[in-house]
Amino acid sequence: MPEKLALTGNEAVAHAMRQINPDVVAAYPITPQTSMMQKFADFVADGLMDCELVLVESEHSAMSAAVGSQASGARTMTATAACGLALMWEILGIASAYRLPIVMPVVNRALSGPINIQGDHSDTMGARDCGWIHIFSENAQEAYENTIQAIRIAEHPDVLTPVMVCLDGFIISHGVEVVKIYDDDKVKKFIGEYKPHYSLLDPNHPITLGAMDFSDFYFEHKVSQLDGINASPQIILDVGREFKETFGGEECYEYFEAYKMDDAELGVISLGSTAAAARLVVDELRSQGVAAGSVKLRVFRPFPYEELAKIIAPLKGCAVLDRSIAYGGDGGPVHIEVRSALYGRHPVPVMTNYIYGLGGKPIEPEHIMTAFDDLKEAVVQGRPRRRVGYLNLKEEAMAIA
Amino acid sequence: MKKYLEATYEKLPLAGVIEEAGNAEQYETGSWSTFRPVFHPEICIHCLFCWVYCPDSAILVNEESKVIGIDYDHCKGCEICSVECPTKPEKAITIEKK
Repeated sequence: MPEKLALTGNEAVAHAMRQINPDVVAAYPITPQTSMMQKFADFVADGLMDCELVLVESEHSAMSAAVGSQASGARTMTATAACGLALMWEILGIASAYRLPIVMPVVNRALSGPINIQGDHSDTMGARDCGWIHIFSENAQEAYENTIQAIRIAEHPDVLTPVMVCLDGFIISHGVEVVKIYDDDKVKKFIGEYKPHYSLLDPNHPITLGAMDFSDFYFEHKVSQLDGINASPQIILDVGREFKETFGGEECYEYFEAYKMDDAELGVISLGSTAAAARLVVDELRSQGVAAGSVKLRVFRPFPYEELAKIIAPLKGCAVLDRSIAYGGDGGPVHIEVRSALYGRHPVPVMTNYIYGLGGKPIEPEHIMTAFDDLKEAVVQGRPRRRVGYLNLKEEAMAIA
Repeated sequence: MKKYLEATYEKLPLAGVIEEAGNAEQYETGSWSTFRPVFHPEICIHCLFCWVYCPDSAILVNEESKVIGIDYDHCKGCEICSVECPTKPEKAITIEKK
């Protein structure tokens, strides 16, 4: 019987890590991840697991230690946020190139500067090409369940790719929800034993890891690295299906969750906790007779181009909500991917992009409602008022001052 | 190592792991150097400083712990052996342009 506990998102993920019982965790604190590692450290200190918890001196060290540990055949995890992830950046690409199935919860927080400790997606979006799988959570329950599934996805012999499990800083990490914690033994059985593909500590098969490459083979190595992440979409679905069947969960177990999209004319795409607000707005609009729908994107990398395009293409108008800016690019990263997904299809909806919620700026149903209002107008005009707009930005206030 | 030289990207070992122990020896880097050390056995006192300090294990030593020469296939011409050689007034390892 699952136990229902009132937990913050961080505590829920800490419970997932407790049940996973990794061999090694190497971590460094950073708001808003800190309480996750503190809770986890409590579990270790209370003797509830046999994990080697290494308290390293920086996030760069945390990921370096995680790489060394995983490469030596130990199931290893770490966790971070924002500039902590940025500090790890050099090693992220090494973890994925070495095909190490490290699972890392990332509590999404704004990258500096200015310094901001609140939630947005700039951190993991900034690392979108580092070769990791990115799975976004809408709430504490999803963060807990995604962390458990991530172990199976990452360690699958066809994948062997590290996974970031993303949860919104403060909104999910520090908000208390009723979370179903499944049975310890059931989780242990679900994730199974770690069978490393190779190990630095195997004296019968000595290897060298991390050797130098010149232009004769670097390109070939990097292309062969795609094998893992390209095989992952099907495995993400398979693991999700198995999780749902094993635990009877009710969350999202696919690439995205479509809400009232079957006959929708106006749709909004968002990631993380914002999706919940979007559904409220869709319900309000539907009660007014507007054919509104929303999509919650769960898997950002690998991006589900075909599947998402199928759902979005029939819309008359589509707004993509991005919680980060791709400076010098077409608005935000999700917008860029969605446009790419729709290329070559006819007809396509009128598309627009809204940047919102940077640095923890609140995103409320009323703001999403303005996005839908703009979309209605855009569909009539055949084009949006602006290709890239902003929700809840102090534009008007600045003009008045 | 030879089996990979013709490999396409599909045939490379996962994660670029090198599965053949100690095969760095087969990779000859000696042509990279501009200067090279020259060994003078008549001056050498076999203190083995050059052998200890050489970063490429390119000082050749026999079973009686006597220096017998330089492995020019792996010497990168860093000149540390010559700098560390203690003999006076002439060094047992001198540097010359190739």
